[in-house]
Amino acid sequence: MITLTHVLALSGILFAISVAGVFLNRRNIIVLLMCIELMLLAVNFNFVAFSRFLGDISGQVFVFFILTVAAAEAAIGLAILVVLFRERTSIDVEDLDTLQG
Amino acid sequence: MQSIYLTIALAPLVAAIVAGLGGRIIGRAGSHTVTIAGVALSCGLSIWVLSKFVLDGMAPYNGIVYTWLVSDGLTMQVGFLIDRLSAMMMVVVTFVSLMVHVYTIGYMHEDPGYQRFFSYISLFTFSMLMLVMSNNFMQLFFGWEAVGLVSYLLIGFWYTRPTAVFANLKAFLVNRVGDFGFVLGIAAVLRYTGSLDYATVFAHVDQIAGAQIHVSQSLAWPAITFTCICLFIGAMGKSAQVPLHVWLPDSMEGPTPISALIHAATMVTAGIFMVARMSPLFEQSETALSFVLIIGATTAFFMGLLGIVNNDIKRVVAYSTLSQLGYMTVALGVSAYGAGIFHLMTHAFFKALLFLAAGSVIMAMHHEQDMRKMGGLRKYLPITYWTCLVGSLALIGFPGTSGFFSKDSLIEAVAASHRPGSGYAYFCVLTGVFITALYTFRMFFMTFHGKERMDHHTQEHLHESPWVVTVPLILLAIPSAIVGWFTIKPMLFGNFFDGAIRVLPANDVLGRLGEEFHGPGAFLISALAAPAFWLAAAGVVTAYVFFLWKPALADGAERSFKWLHSILVEKYGFDAFNQNVIVAGARALGGGLWRFGDQAIIDDGLVNGSARLVGWISSVMRYAQSGYLYHYAFAMILGLASLLLWLIWRP
Amino acid sequence: MFPTILFFIFAAVLVGAALGVILARNPVHSALLLVLCFFNSAVIWLLLDAEFLGIVLVLVYVGAVMVLFLFVVMMLDVNVEEFRKSLAGYWPLAVAVAGFVVFAMVNVIVVRHLGGITFKAAPVLPAGYSNTRALGTVLFTRYAYPAQLAACILLVASVAAIVLTLRRRTGGKPQDVAKQVAVRAKDRMRIVKMASEKRS
Repeated sequence: MITLTHVLALSGILFAISVAGVFLNRRNIIVLLMCIELMLLAVNFNFVAFSRFLGDISGQVFVFFILTVAAAEAAIGLAILVVLFRERTSIDVEDLDTLQG
Repeated sequence: MQSIYLTIALAPLVAAIVAGLGGRIIGRAGSHTVTIAGVALSCGLSIWVLSKFVLDGMAPYNGIVYTWLVSDGLTMQVGFLIDRLSAMMMVVVTFVSLMVHVYTIGYMHEDPGYQRFFSYISLFTFSMLMLVMSNNFMQLFFGWEAVGLVSYLLIGFWYTRPTAVFANLKAFLVNRVGDFGFVLGIAAVLRYTGSLDYATVFAHVDQIAGAQIHVSQSLAWPAITFTCICLFIGAMGKSAQVPLHVWLPDSMEGPTPISALIHAATMVTAGIFMVARMSPLFEQSETALSFVLIIGATTAFFMGLLGIVNNDIKRVVAYSTLSQLGYMTVALGVSAYGAGIFHLMTHAFFKALLFLAAGSVIMAMHHEQDMRKMGGLRKYLPITYWTCLVGSLALIGFPGTSGFFSKDSLIEAVAASHRPGSGYAYFCVLTGVFITALYTFRMFFMTFHGKERMDHHTQEHLHESPWVVTVPLILLAIPSAIVGWFTIKPMLFGNFFDGAIRVLPANDVLGRLGEEFHGPGAFLISALAAPAFWLAAAGVVTAYVFFLWKPALADGAERSFKWLHSILVEKYGFDAFNQNVIVAGARALGGGLWRFGDQAIIDDGLVNGSARLVGWISSVMRYAQSGYLYHYAFAMILGLASLLLWLIWRP
Repeated sequence: MFPTILFFIFAAVLVGAALGVILARNPVHSALLLVLCFFNSAVIWLLLDAEFLGIVLVLVYVGAVMVLFLFVVMMLDVNVEEFRKSLAGYWPLAVAVAGFVVFAMVNVIVVRHLGGITFKAAPVLPAGYSNTRALGTVLFTRYAYPAQLAACILLVASVAAIVLTLRRRTGGKPQDVAKQVAVRAKDRMRIVKMASEKRS
């Protein structure tokens, strides 16, 4: 049978992979955004698992909203990326350091 | 009657305001007209008030004009105490002020600050009248400070001259030292009697007399001595006693009319007047009176010596003023308050006369003040010559003049006193007579007699001053000559000051002298046998010999006694001490505090230092702002990780 | 038994695809592998009786968001060559962080037990249970307001995306309705008084 442990372990591994992905992808912002989507996916896994195993439907409602927000965030993030690319013709993360203090 | 007293006080004030603020509108003639009208009105009314006292025997007036504030039992009011003492002072002040006002029309004729000057001297008259007419310590202090202020404004009248600015600041600051003591004295009076009103204080004088001030566990001072000495310190500042005398010679930087008005006749006498008014308090403390006596004697003698070596005509008269103020103080010190006030009155007339005559000489010499460049002015300035002679004779105490009556009775009073310090004081005032005659006639001979030492151009322009200058001289010469004859009996040996001045029977030297007094004529004749007359004569003769007949003797004496001469020229080192120790010390302290406290601690340490600290912290924290997204993501992950750790492992 | 095996298969593919997302050199490959991730997740969610959410995942996430990603990836002309040299050197950091997350996870699940439910089977669902119905019941009653808020968020996001990337062409003459409405008569017309003239 599928226990909570299995699902939680799976979501943990996904999260770890996406975090590692944030550090590894210095050259490509798009993959960075995709790693964020992966992180959100891992969190969704947690919510669904707990909703199923604790019998509370609120967990799935929350997943609903996370999906909404993630979609919105992906849209805006990509819009920013597009504008950035127009200005610099490069999506290299290491070139984006104008916020340096 | 109150409205009359108010008019006397306020007429000069109104005139001062009109001339001061509207000077440009009413013009020069308008400003002198309005101020002279104001002071003349005050003078006329003051004489009328005095005549009511003397002829009709009017009772003294003590009334409140305006209550300024009432706070926790302390009442501050504006009020008038008009008795014979204050009426006499009012007449002296307004009369001399009127003479100076008229004189100024001639003296300041070409000065651009004409209206301002008239406004100031009227304002001064108002302040002095408020001081003299006051019935409580607060108003006295107000008048005290106000005359100090106007003196400052007038000494520095020609404010573009650096010496004038130095002098007026010096005057103000030295006065401030005196005022500090004065305020302490007033505070002590308030503390022990609970009131600032003269009548209440004098009625409760025994409350202070018995009290003690505990300075420390084992040391206690009698409160009355402390109070009187503090009050006298104020008088020392205002009446220029040693060591707070240093401002008076420098105050000669101001125009001559104000030297006559303020620094001869009125402001400097405020201290003498105050001590006389406070006689009920001073009589309770022998120590304070001895202190007064010794200070006065020292001033009388040592300041006179300085007049012998000075070459500026105004400064000689200034040192003479210092010396005569010392005489008045000595009189106060032996409890002969009446004699002190009597000498104040006569001195006001002849000293103002001397200053105005000196001013007339200066005008004729085109503002040259060095006596070594004068000489033989007798034939060019006859009226000035004769009035100056009258004044000089009065100053040295020539028999018959008013100065004779006041000075000789003063010397007799000192001789008759047994107070500690009176022996020293007697020596000082007696030798002072010789010295006074010496410097007075040195000045007189050097200026009006002998070889003409001025340059040709000035000599051609020598002429007598206009009538606005000579008429005040004549009008002042008259009382200098005759007022003593008529006033000596009532003032010193009569009941003129009864009620105003209180003397304990044990100290009443004037009472004892009065038993032997048989009228001014007898006094005159008996004085011919007294040492004072012969010392004065000797002084005149010495002056004639050394400065007119054989001037080489004077130069010889100067060379032989070079050490003494240089001490005198250095004014005993008072000015040098003040400049190099007190002033330099204060500057050094200020500079040190500025460099260390202000610049180092506050500016660099606190203000700039806090900014630098923020800057330094920012420069360290700036490394965290690399601009790279993945660094920021890393920081977020780190934060998340620590949160996780805490959540997992919290107890 | 069978669901468990399915779970493990799909989980393995999911993890593999995730690793592929971060390690692929070509961003298009990364995007497509992410799509694979989402498909697998949807199936696993089906196994967990969250079928509505699984379908929504495919429809919304894959159908909209990943398509958007692919559009952008295709649109941006990125040089594939550069990506080859970037991955080395950051291995230790990435592994360390990932390892830490796993460690924390293990700590929570195994050591702390979460109150004992971690090793039990899922509770049995009542007969006739419909995940969709259950979600719908709750979403339109108890969570109606947050649902409306979510709608607003989406609206704002779409407007924001348009505004961010909008490029105006210079020289065009678009209509500005606000300006049209704000016109006053005196801006366009000037009344001149003239004396009336006879017809000559």
